[in-house]
Amino acid sequence: MELALEARHLRVEVGAPSTRRDVVRDVSVLLKRGEITALVGETGSGKTMTALSLMRLLPPTARGTAGTLRVGELDLTRLSEREMTRVRGSRISMIFQDPLAALNPVRTVGFQIAEPLVAHLGLSRREANIRAGALLEQVGIPDPAYNLRRYPHELSGGMRQRVLIAAALACDPEVLIADEPTTALDVTVQAQVLGLIKTEVERRGLAVMLVTHDLAVASSIADRIQVLYAGATAEYGTSRTVIREPNHPYTRGLLQSVPSSKVTTVPMHSIPGSPEGAWQLDIGCRFSPRCSFAIAQCRKDEPPLESVAPGHESRCWVFATPKVVTQA
Amino acid sequence: MSTVLDVRGLGVDYRVRTGIRSTRVNRAVDDVTFTVETGKTLALVGESGSGKTSVARAVLGLAPTSRGTITINGRTLHSRGRSRLKEVGREVQMVFQQPGGSLDPRMSIGETVAEPLTYLSKLSRAATEARVVELLDLVGLEGSFRSRKPRDLSGGQRQRVAIARAIATSPSLVICDEPTSSLDVSVQAQIINLLVRLQRELGLTYLFISHSLGVVRQIAGNVAVMYRGRIVELGQTERVLDRPQDPYTQALLRAVPTVGAVEVAG
Repeated sequence: MELALEARHLRVEVGAPSTRRDVVRDVSVLLKRGEITALVGETGSGKTMTALSLMRLLPPTARGTAGTLRVGELDLTRLSEREMTRVRGSRISMIFQDPLAALNPVRTVGFQIAEPLVAHLGLSRREANIRAGALLEQVGIPDPAYNLRRYPHELSGGMRQRVLIAAALACDPEVLIADEPTTALDVTVQAQVLGLIKTEVERRGLAVMLVTHDLAVASSIADRIQVLYAGATAEYGTSRTVIREPNHPYTRGLLQSVPSSKVTTVPMHSIPGSPEGAWQLDIGCRFSPRCSFAIAQCRKDEPPLESVAPGHESRCWVFATPKVVTQA
Repeated sequence: MSTVLDVRGLGVDYRVRTGIRSTRVNRAVDDVTFTVETGKTLALVGESGSGKTSVARAVLGLAPTSRGTITINGRTLHSRGRSRLKEVGREVQMVFQQPGGSLDPRMSIGETVAEPLTYLSKLSRAATEARVVELLDLVGLEGSFRSRKPRDLSGGQRQRVAIARAIATSPSLVICDEPTSSLDVSVQAQIINLLVRLQRELGLTYLFISHSLGVVRQIAGNVAVMYRGRIVELGQTERVLDRPQDPYTQALLRAVPTVGAVEVAG
């Protein structure tokens, strides 16, 4: 299987030495060509820090380390900051939740899509502009001649996200990291933007990591789902498996907590407590205080991420680890 | 059954400056009519710019009402701005989307919940204290939370405090403006269950604003779907969501991603 991005044992610490804490403790990310992997998590799960560490774009207060971090054959951990700048935008790109903040307000749409083409591919402004027009049409923005000259504030939220996608894909990168790209958008627009991402994955063989808090979004578009809790992977598998046969109690609880527009279930299933502050726990399974299945061992030792079936992993003493016993 | 809120032909216009001397009128709400019955929930759903929040703000007098009438408990409101807030303050309370922003960071939880009691009711100090403990208990927080500050609380706990404050004076209408949108999914269900339980126990009436059809399904008996300032469909929630008649409602329902569905619309 061809890996477009391989990141193993990512770790991110934030804060001053005296107050330092791990926000990402043990997360590995494997992205395959032509696939979308959804990184699903709630507050404090470390999903955004994971995404930023893949780009080597962590804020100055954070320190990240990785066992392995490569795009294709290129080892990103060995690159200088200067070399990394050449990789971002050309081989690995990122789009963000708030497209207005990610776009430069005083530059036209055309300039911003052409910028990576000039910087990375060395195209002339004129050539880059022609290419930018074609990219705009690809992302579903009509009349490129007119829209290239517009400024971000003149566009709707959905159009801004399309522009950002066009700029991110301009140099035909292998990997796209999308951090909550549709969270700020209305559902009808969200469906269009997700559809666009899916189209680009199929057309280019792009590998996408979609960071989201929304399991419904994840299950509707992703090939694989990776559930994070308190800085570590809780469960990983194909979307079908994670949605239909979730192993980890957290994934199960999360699935049951999603309000459905099709069925009324009051009182709704909820997970007691809150994900905020789970990192404060330093021994045992980070989810154990909220877990109704927790046994004594859960409060003592952190479970390892175990394979429960081919391509399906879970971090749980109760459901994932004793598989040897149950199979016998 | 009595009607708590009766909105008829409501129009809200905002004046938008388009140049140094020119302005344009932006009709945010156009000819909106609905009622909310005692002890029931009406949800206003729609996408951004549909006018759902403007309707809520108009009820509180925070948005300019250009046409129509708003009647609360049989009394038609005429005042505007601050005097409207004073007029409706006891009867209508609001729970906002961002509990972080709607709670004063310098006030303790006890002071926050006591504030409407101090201004709007004539309780003694001891009675206020007792009522605060009672309210915190109602929303599932221990009395020890009284001395804590909002920063010590999780998002879900803050929203519980905001709900306790909103129901402190036993208002006849509670407007909930996207009360669970900023919360984690695993916590959202707790808050929805809390709102449903409080309604059952205290007979509360909600005007519930949301963009999430899933949340609306769980909490509201009736739903009004808004699009570009107008109500395009109004009726029993189950009927509207299961058999939508209006093309916009149908499009909205199609666009909602559901867990387990493998295809994306659009």
